[in-house]
Amino acid sequence: MADERLLEVRGLKVQFATEDGVVHAVDGVDFALDRGKVLGIVGESGSGKSVTAMTILGLTRDVNTRFEGEVIYKDRNLLDLPENEMQQYRGAEIGMIFQDPMTSLNPVYRVGDQIVEAIQAHEPVDKRKARRRAVELLRQVGIPNPESRVDDYPHQFSGGMRQRAMIAMALSCNPDVLIADEPTTALDVTIQAQIIELIDQLKDDFNSAVILITHDLGVVAEIADDLLVMYAGRVVEHGGKRPLFYDPQHPYTWGLLGSIPRLDRPRSERLHTIEGSPPSLIRLPQGCKFRPRCPHAFEKCLEEPPLENRVETPGHLDRCWLTVEAKRAVRDETIEGGEPAAA
Amino acid sequence: MSLLEVQHVKKYFPVRKGLLQREVARVHAVDDVSVSVQEGETLGLVGESGCGKSTLGRTIVRLLEPTDGEIVFEGRNISKLGAGKLRPLRREMQMVFQDPYASLNPRKRVGTIIGDPLEIHGIGDAKSRRARVQELLRTVGLSPEHYNRFPHEFSGGQRQRIGVARALALQPKLIIADEPVSALDVSIQSQILNLLGDLQEEFRLTYIFIAHDLGVVRHVSDRIAVMYLGKLVELSPAEELYERPIMPYTEALLSAVPIPDPDRAEARERIVLTGDVPSPIDPPSGCRFHPRCRYATEVCKQVEPPLTDYGNGHLAACHHPLNVDQATLERVRAAPESPAEADKSALPVDSSGPSNP
Repeated sequence: MADERLLEVRGLKVQFATEDGVVHAVDGVDFALDRGKVLGIVGESGSGKSVTAMTILGLTRDVNTRFEGEVIYKDRNLLDLPENEMQQYRGAEIGMIFQDPMTSLNPVYRVGDQIVEAIQAHEPVDKRKARRRAVELLRQVGIPNPESRVDDYPHQFSGGMRQRAMIAMALSCNPDVLIADEPTTALDVTIQAQIIELIDQLKDDFNSAVILITHDLGVVAEIADDLLVMYAGRVVEHGGKRPLFYDPQHPYTWGLLGSIPRLDRPRSERLHTIEGSPPSLIRLPQGCKFRPRCPHAFEKCLEEPPLENRVETPGHLDRCWLTVEAKRAVRDETIEGGEPAAA
Repeated sequence: MSLLEVQHVKKYFPVRKGLLQREVARVHAVDDVSVSVQEGETLGLVGESGCGKSTLGRTIVRLLEPTDGEIVFEGRNISKLGAGKLRPLRREMQMVFQDPYASLNPRKRVGTIIGDPLEIHGIGDAKSRRARVQELLRTVGLSPEHYNRFPHEFSGGQRQRIGVARALALQPKLIIADEPVSALDVSIQSQILNLLGDLQEEFRLTYIFIAHDLGVVRHVSDRIAVMYLGKLVELSPAEELYERPIMPYTEALLSAVPIPDPDRAEARERIVLTGDVPSPIDPPSGCRFHPRCRYATEVCKQVEPPLTDYGNGHLAACHHPLNVDQATLERVRAAPESPAEADKSALPVDSSGPSNP
C-alpha cells in the first residue's frame, strides 16, 4: 500500500515585523508527513521549530506576520484559507499538544468540560454524548477512574495526568495529524517515558501521523521515523532516524549529539560544547548561519549552502559545504564528546 | 572530617485550613535524611519532582528551618542558629538557582547583582569591590564590560554565568546548585557544566548538585544520593549507581532515561513506572515506593526498610535489593538492623530480585 501523504510543507518562510526589525523566524522549511509516521523536529530555542508548528495550525496569523511557501494538507494550502475555514481544520483535522500542561488547561473549568467544549466546537453532538466521549478519551489516555476524574479541576491532576488530559483533548476529534510541541519537557523522566509510549501507541490506535517537536535527541531516538534538525529558522539536516544518528552530516547535528552527557557511554572528563550562542534572527550572519560557531568553517561557508542530498542514502539531506569524506573524517571527535575520564 | 554532615534532618510543612488556620496535615517534604559531604567532592541529588531534593538543599543552607535533625557544617551545628549568627556562615555556603530568568533582579545592573554580597558582608571599598566583580565576570567567561548591563540584555546561558559569579563572590566552600542547567539548551548546558567543573578545580569547591537529569548528574558527581518522597533511598559512588543500582526505584529511573541512539534505545528493556508519585502529605506505609514497585511484597507494605550499607559506600533502603551477590547479602543479613530482621521469609534468594507480578 502506498503511503498516504497527509501534510506537506514547501518552502515555508515566516517573518515577524517588530520594532527592532524583521525577525526571520522560519526561513526555508520543507518536509512531508505520511499517515502512520512520526516526524521529529529537533533544535534549540529560537530555531523556528515551534513557529513552524504554530504556522501549520494557523496560529501565527497577524498583521505583522508575513508568510511564504505552502502548507498543503490533503491538497489544500492552509496558508490561503480564511480564518473561519481554518477553524475547521484546527483541532478537528490537526490536533496540538502544548508543552506546558500546567498553563495550557483553564484552571477554573473542569477537565471534562474543557474536553466537551473541544468536541462540541467541531461536531454537532449533544452534551451527554460529548461527555461520554470525554470519559472514553480519558480512559484511552490512561487516566484511572475516568468517570469521576472527568469532573475534576486541573489542579486536582498531577503534571503527568494533565498532559494526558491535554492529549485526550487533542485527540477528541480524531485528528489525522497530531503536533506535539515539547510534550514531555516539563515532566519527570519516569512520566516522560509513559507519555512517549502513550503517543506512540495512540498514533497507531487513531491511525494518524505525529510531528514531535523537541530539543531532546533521546526522545526522538525512541519513536521518530524521520528527523528534521533546525537551526536559525532553517532545516540544516533532514533524513531517516538511523542515517541521521549513525551518519550525521551537519556539524550542528554533531554538536548536539556530542553535548549531551550520555548514560550509554563512559563518563567523559569534559563535555563537548558548541561555542557561542545562536544568532539573532533579526541580523543573521552571512552565508551558512552556523558558520560563526562552526569549528570546520572555511571560505566557501560565506555563501549559504543549499539543502541537498550529498550522501549515498537517498532522502538524507544536509546544508553543509564540507565533502562527505571530510565530514566522516572529522565528526567523530565531536560526536563522541570529550575524552573518557581517567579511571 | 566531612565538610557537611546532615543528620536525621526532617522538614515538614504544615497544611492549614479554615478560619483559624489550624494545622490539619503535614507535608513530609524531607523525612529523616542523613548524608555527609566531603570537602572537594560533588554530591549529586536526584529524584522526581516533589521528592524533597530542593527542600533538602534549601534546608542545608538554612533558607528553611529544619523541623528536626542536625546540620553540622565544619564541625559546628548550624541547625538552630539565629539570623545574626547565620550571616557569617552565608559566606561559606552559596546557592545557584534553576531559573536564570527569575533569579536575577531585572532592575539591577549586573555589577550590583554580583557586588551586593560583597557589600552586605562589608568586604573592601567601592573601588576594590568593582575590581573584584570584574574579575569574577572574567572567571565565569563574561567580559568586564558587562558590568553596567541589565540581566535582560543577556541570554539564558550568560545569565546562569552571572548567577554562578554571584555565588562565587564571597569565596564560599560549599555551593548548592539547584537544577542549574535544566532551563538551558543542550549546547549551552554543556558550557555551564564545564564551567562548574573548572571552577571546582580552581577554587577547591564542594558542590551539592541537585538535578532530575540523570545524565547530567552522572557527569558531574562523585557520589549520588537518590531521593523518593522525602526519603533517601540510595547513596552510592556515581559510576556504581549506574552499573548496579540496588533500589528498584533507581533501576526504573535509569531505565526511563531516553538514549540518543535508535538501536540501543530499541534494544533495551524499559521499566515504565505506573502511576504518579504519591502525596507526601500521607505517604504510603512501609517502603514509600511499594505501590509503584514491581518487586513489592507484603513486607514492603508493613515495614520501612532501613538504609543498609552494602559495602563500598553503597547504601540502599530496600527489602528486595537488586544486583547484590549472595555473600554480601548474607553479611548484611547478619548485621543488626538489616532488612532480614524485618522478615526473613520475604527476602529474595537470587540477586536479580524476585519476579513478583
